[in-house]
Amino acid sequence: MTVTSTELKANSRDIRPGRIIAWTLLLIGGLIMITPLLFMFSTSLKTSGQVYDLRLIPAAPTFDNYIKVLGDGRFMQWFLNSTIIAVTVTISNVFFDSLVGYTLAKFEFRGRYFIFLAILSTLMIPTEMLVIPWYLMSSQLGWLNSYWGIMFPGMMTAFGTFLMKQFFEGVPNDFLEAARVDGLNEFTIWWKIAMPMVVPAISALAIFTFLGNWTAFFWPLIVTTSKELYTLPVGISSFSAEASIQWELIMTGAAIGTIPTLLVFLLLQRYIVRGVMLAGLKG
Amino acid sequence: MAKIELQKLVKEYGKTRAVHGIDLTIEDGEFVVFVGPSGCGKSTTLRMIAGLEDISGGNLLIGGDVVNQREPKQRNIAMVFQNYAIYPHMTVGQNIGFGLYTSKLSKAEKRKRIEETGKILGLEKLLDRRPAALSGGQRQRVAIGRAMVRDPAAFLFDEPLSNLDAQLRAQMRLEIKNLHRRLGTTIVYVTHDQVEAMTMADKIVVMRDGNILQVGTPTDLYENPVDVFTARFIGSPSMNMAEGTIAGGALSIEGAGTSGLNLPTHDGKVLVGVRPHDLVVGEFGGAGLSASGTVEAVEPLGSETLVHLTLGKAQVIATAPGRVVPQIGSTVSVHAGTGSLYLFDAVSEKALGRA
Repeated sequence: MTVTSTELKANSRDIRPGRIIAWTLLLIGGLIMITPLLFMFSTSLKTSGQVYDLRLIPAAPTFDNYIKVLGDGRFMQWFLNSTIIAVTVTISNVFFDSLVGYTLAKFEFRGRYFIFLAILSTLMIPTEMLVIPWYLMSSQLGWLNSYWGIMFPGMMTAFGTFLMKQFFEGVPNDFLEAARVDGLNEFTIWWKIAMPMVVPAISALAIFTFLGNWTAFFWPLIVTTSKELYTLPVGISSFSAEASIQWELIMTGAAIGTIPTLLVFLLLQRYIVRGVMLAGLKG
Repeated sequence: MAKIELQKLVKEYGKTRAVHGIDLTIEDGEFVVFVGPSGCGKSTTLRMIAGLEDISGGNLLIGGDVVNQREPKQRNIAMVFQNYAIYPHMTVGQNIGFGLYTSKLSKAEKRKRIEETGKILGLEKLLDRRPAALSGGQRQRVAIGRAMVRDPAAFLFDEPLSNLDAQLRAQMRLEIKNLHRRLGTTIVYVTHDQVEAMTMADKIVVMRDGNILQVGTPTDLYENPVDVFTARFIGSPSMNMAEGTIAGGALSIEGAGTSGLNLPTHDGKVLVGVRPHDLVVGEFGGAGLSASGTVEAVEPLGSETLVHLTLGKAQVIATAPGRVVPQIGSTVSVHAGTGSLYLFDAVSEKALGRA
């Protein structure tokens, strides 16, 4: 078979050193990322006696752990708790962060810049500093040991507001003014016109918020004392706090716990595409 | 259908005044084009009519009612934007139908109106497509459709053709004009392109620095500009200007000779304007202006050739018949007949008359 000069050029372009280094680094990065997940899944298929046998493929794989974990009513309760909390907080963030972000991006009013700075400045306060005030507040208002107690600090975030404001600033005013002339009120303009144009940002915010709340551990651990209200991470960690650490059950719980996050990501990531917005403008 | 009246209309942004108390009456069913350079206040005026900008002073009347304080939706006007502003997440049909979002029509009636509008604009086969799958001209038609479907009292167009290529622009000019003839609705149209203004308008409003300089039919403005700005702005290529002096009933221009002119009663410095199409290359023995100059550049257009010349200190454009293409660097004679010279006061730049 003869090789044409074009093919040679194409091949030499494919194997140039920069590309090899890039692919190698990506491969190493990918392996580092995936190894713990593989071990988590592998351990979930082992018996308690095999946990410290570090082979990736278990000698005698078993689904007993899954049957045991899924059959445990507490686990399903924690799963439900996490789902309720993560979904509610995500919806709340998408709604309120977008509403505030839109207002700050598209309306001229006195103090707008100051309000934006004030919201941004809250990003500089670490969660650890806020936990005590949150706890005292929850305690005095009777929010301890409740869904609301777990959810309220994250119902609206400065990060989400900032993200949405930046995206709304990219929505051309002509769209909004056209809707205004067509007779829509401001809330409908936001909901019907502006929101569909920032779907990539909404998807990103929804993914971040859902993941953040699904994996939240510190605050739910502090604000709940009743096992009934544990979230999944808090519940799973309680396996290790019992008489002996049952790694195979922890890993099984963690493996099941990754499913919703994967689902959310797979469902929403396709919306994170740019350029949707500009399609309605000049061609 | 509505008559629109602007009475001493003012727009101020802080201490900056963008529109200086303009007066204008737009008759019911009239096609009025606001034209002027960027920043002249034409778009601001249109946005005040739409209700998208607050009115700082004066009154705006639509159909005889003062509407200064009314929201855009209460004014029963529709607007087509420069960027079309058709919603990318909706189909063509939904976009057109969006104009009816707040109307109380039944679903079937809405559907019927959307289909009728789509038919008028040649979009009937595209109603289920998204804007991303449309060409620039089709998108523009969707934007017009969204405005049309509401059957508003007036249409406002804000430079709607400036994003289209030359050929499509010419086609859309014709389509909008035909649409106006068919619907008979008042149209207020803003453009910086004098060709659009000349070809489409019943009445042109020339604006500069927030003031109305002249209002008139395209022919009026072309034939009788009130000042140097309007004279140069209307007509393409722009009117040639040269300095001259009227003394003792005679006009003298450096590098040119004049004879047999019927001059206005004015003594002193003047600006003399002559349209490129009236300044013709060739020898001529009659009354008027004659001169000879050096050819700097030529633009053959097929039917005629534009010849750029230096006459004395002035750079001017003259016209030669299509087949005649003078050599660059050669000296040619040009002439303009009586009645084709426009005279302006050198200081105020106001028109003095034609000669």
